[in-house]
Amino acid sequence: MERTAFDLVIVGGGAAGLRAAIAAAELDPDLTIALVSKVYPMRSHTVSAEGGTAAVLRDYDSFDLHAQDTIKGSDFLADQDAVEYFVAHCPQEIIRLEHWGCPWSRDEDGRVSQRAFGGMSVKRTVYAADKVGFHILHTLFQTSMKYEQIHRFDESFVTSLILDGGACTGVVAMNLRTGTMAAIQGKATILATGGCGRVYEFTTNGFIKTGDGMALAYRAGVPLKDMEMVQFHPTCLPGTGILITEAARGEGGVLVNKEGERYMQRYLPGKMELGPRDILSRAMIQEIKAGRAFEGPYGPYLGLDLRHLGEKRINERIPMVRELAEKYMGLDPVHELIPVRPGQHYIMGGVSTGLKGETALPGLYAVGETACVSINGANRLGSNSLSECLVFGAACGLAAAEFAKKRPSYPRGATAREALRKEEARVFDGLLGRERGKETVAGIRVEMQQLMERDVGIFREESALADACGMLAKLRDRFAAVGLADKDRVFNTELTAVLELDFMLDVAATIAHSARDRHESRGAHSRTDFPQRDDANFLKHTLAFRTDGAPRIDYLPVKITKWQPAERKY
Amino acid sequence: MADSEVVFRVSRYRPESGGRPTFQEYRIPYRSDMVVLDGLNYIKDHLDPTLTFRWSCRMGICGSCGADVNGRPRLTCGTYIRDMRKGAVTVEPLSNFPILKDLVVDFDDFLDKLASVRPYIVRKDWGDLSKEYTQYPEDVDAYRQQSLCINCMLCYAACPVFGASPEFVGPAASALALRYIRDTRDDGAAERLARLNTKTGIWECTFVGECSVVCPKEVDPAAAIQTLKFLATTRHMRRLLMPGSASR
Repeated sequence: MERTAFDLVIVGGGAAGLRAAIAAAELDPDLTIALVSKVYPMRSHTVSAEGGTAAVLRDYDSFDLHAQDTIKGSDFLADQDAVEYFVAHCPQEIIRLEHWGCPWSRDEDGRVSQRAFGGMSVKRTVYAADKVGFHILHTLFQTSMKYEQIHRFDESFVTSLILDGGACTGVVAMNLRTGTMAAIQGKATILATGGCGRVYEFTTNGFIKTGDGMALAYRAGVPLKDMEMVQFHPTCLPGTGILITEAARGEGGVLVNKEGERYMQRYLPGKMELGPRDILSRAMIQEIKAGRAFEGPYGPYLGLDLRHLGEKRINERIPMVRELAEKYMGLDPVHELIPVRPGQHYIMGGVSTGLKGETALPGLYAVGETACVSINGANRLGSNSLSECLVFGAACGLAAAEFAKKRPSYPRGATAREALRKEEARVFDGLLGRERGKETVAGIRVEMQQLMERDVGIFREESALADACGMLAKLRDRFAAVGLADKDRVFNTELTAVLELDFMLDVAATIAHSARDRHESRGAHSRTDFPQRDDANFLKHTLAFRTDGAPRIDYLPVKITKWQPAERKY
Repeated sequence: MADSEVVFRVSRYRPESGGRPTFQEYRIPYRSDMVVLDGLNYIKDHLDPTLTFRWSCRMGICGSCGADVNGRPRLTCGTYIRDMRKGAVTVEPLSNFPILKDLVVDFDDFLDKLASVRPYIVRKDWGDLSKEYTQYPEDVDAYRQQSLCINCMLCYAACPVFGASPEFVGPAASALALRYIRDTRDDGAAERLARLNTKTGIWECTFVGECSVVCPKEVDPAAAIQTLKFLATTRHMRRLLMPGSASR
């Protein structure tokens, strides 16, 4: 019989989940760890991260400087105690990965190389060419194979959390291969399911990024923090949304409009193309509105020019940029401009947690993009998110393991069996039993994605946000009529798409409502009707709580340690 | 931009209905910039939501979307319909693996094989944990190629040896074994070569080379296996000639 009760249940097998699993396994070899992922772990979206991961490694840099860049980048919405913990622990994580075999790019003297990145005031970003997420993910996944106490549940889709006496005691998951549900009990549970980019139409995120962990926590009564803070990356390929890494600019690439002008001189002359992502994305929209963009089959775009870097440097430093441009655009960046436009890339918000990933629900932790700790505030700096997965993945894995060690016995089986019966009834008798009618999962998904794109995008204002909130409620009602054509239990991807859409509708509502209630512009949240930052009223985190109707919005103070809010000038 | 149609012939297999895989045809609107995965998604969203396949990143790095397209293993996200021969696009599950449903196959066997070659740094002494190990750019270049494997399994689908004897450790796991053996930080060569120098190891490979032809990341597992054979042989000879010599 397969084991069903563990000390630690980790949901998600990307950088954050794997780092947490390894940290717990190293702490105590007697701990049993379940790693539950809806995909094989090496498919996790960490794999798509390209440009690098930040850490202070050289004399010219300091923790204070990394913290200051991060806090300024966040438009002062980051919690400064979390940022201080973060910057101080980045270096050791880079070195752990190095010891585990991560193929970091090296300088001639044999040391780990560092490159420039947007919003970072010195060369701080460690890289492995431009496949950094790929190498981190495979290094962690392969290293995790050393530990027999890590039991993998590959391709198991978590449908709900088990709650017992005001604590989280594991998950109910559907094994996609067998089409059966099981309760996986844990003394502690970590959510590390990544982001929710697929609530938007044009996103760099993979198909699997549907906010599962955020919705799971939200439904268990845990608030989602700062969900209005959505990052749009300036350089995505039109049509597909495939990301062209910021490292392309870090290595010297420039942005031009159709007149051949480096238009960033109009918006951010001090930083030009190495400004933070929120500012670059807004500048692109302004260039498009001013009629200075190129026109293509997928709408207006701007040009990313790498030609002056030369073939050798491109091949050495950013080979994947060339590979992606050749394969997906049919052009060679050695000789041609790469067409780019902004697209959803990341969400700064997520499950509200403390410094070790702990949530308001005892036994439940969250980490990585799923969580909001918060180091990213209103705008994340490129290359801080992989480091965040590593630093807080380790911290959260240790904290959850310590929590589990203090509990002598496994959670009660009766509660888990009851939770399992409820989920089987909800999913198999309920969702799977619904006959196909007018509403389809693809139809509602596209409507949600388009309205989020249109009304809750880079620039926002009251009437569009109010519309979005209303439309999302209507979509939620219509979702109840979605029927399924596929009635099989085994690997039913229509059923998982319905479950994912169910999660995404919750997450989208928290984004729209949080955005509607923040009457200011800060970082990535740009309100055309409230163009100024308003520290007097909004130097605070948004919290969205689930109710039977619209999310209930509340606020939480920002933790300031030593960097007083000032104008964000570059 | 939809100017014409293209016919997809897709292999269907539904375990709960029994029987053998059959083909189903779909007509989908065609655009010149469409990849095979776009076609599958069009079918899933507009024509037949029961069609089952895996995908995620659609940029050739997650390794989820491999399938046999017109008789050759490929990543469907990187295969343009315009590059196919005229006529139907035939999509089947990757060969040599158990089919779970439609285009979805079971890779668990590969993960066990990968674990068997110890795909991680093995060291007796980890030294000062607070300091990075020195590695020069040429040291990284020595294993860079093998480290690029995305575990997409196209090489196993193309390998006739794996098709005939499923116990064969296979191309990707071998390439990743070499990736760690070539890493200056690693001391695990002896254990890995011992695993590979077995009946189910590298000697099964008859150097057909199809694995390297279909690899989307130019990992060249065929060459990796040849190198491993050489390393295993020299190690064996050294042990015969100089008993007690170092294993590296």
